[in-house]
Amino acid sequence: MTVDAPETTPGASAETEPRRKRLALVASKGTLDQAYPPLILASTAASLGWEAGIYFTFYGLDILHQERFRKLKVASLANPSGPVQLPNLLGAVPGATAAATKIMKKWMKDARMPEVPEFIEMTQSLGVRFFACSTTMGVMGVEEADLIGGCDIAGAAAFLDYAADADVQLFV
Amino acid sequence: MTQLDTTDIKVTETLDCSGLLCPLPVYQAGIALGRLAPDEVLKLVTTDPGALEDIPAMARQRGDTLLATKQGEGVQTFWLKTGGGR
Repeated sequence: MTVDAPETTPGASAETEPRRKRLALVASKGTLDQAYPPLILASTAASLGWEAGIYFTFYGLDILHQERFRKLKVASLANPSGPVQLPNLLGAVPGATAAATKIMKKWMKDARMPEVPEFIEMTQSLGVRFFACSTTMGVMGVEEADLIGGCDIAGAAAFLDYAADADVQLFV
Repeated sequence: MTQLDTTDIKVTETLDCSGLLCPLPVYQAGIALGRLAPDEVLKLVTTDPGALEDIPAMARQRGDTLLATKQGEGVQTFWLKTGGGR
């Protein structure tokens, strides 16, 4: 029995489209300020004509969580660069996180930057792939129904398989 | 920068991204360029200082041609011709 080698690369069209560059990101943090960089990079990559995918893992999975992605916060504690410059002792005071979050949201609004849910929609509309870490879902009790639509639930091997063919890989 | 008489460039579409920061000018320009046929021209206006590096990079990566760049007071104008290979 013989096995024929595939004549074309899987996914390539009949017109043999040139291979596109690929960006593979890991989004591991679930604060408001750290939700933006992976979305900015992935939406930019897609705008450049690249393929792009983001693997949302651990707290980063909150960025895909239908309830939580509207409530992401900026830490006032242990964040010396945050919008509220407070010593850690005061950063722990009730209301400090809310204040830092409010300031960051105002900065973003004044700069005409979309809020996270809108940014996610923009990014998805460009065809960026969202991988939801299955281990995080198991550990943190997140169900598929809790996440926004259009995510691929995947483990590390599936993401590495995607990232192995990427030209740029970054961990955020 | 290219010193071309930009008045001679036949513009198909104009996009004003004044007041928008990265990644929004590239995001909006990418959508606009995707709408155009090969060899059509997008005139793009930006105020983000980063656009001076970003827009040439975008053109390189997408395979489009940056025909001309004009720098004014806090404002940049780019003329981008879509690549034929798309």
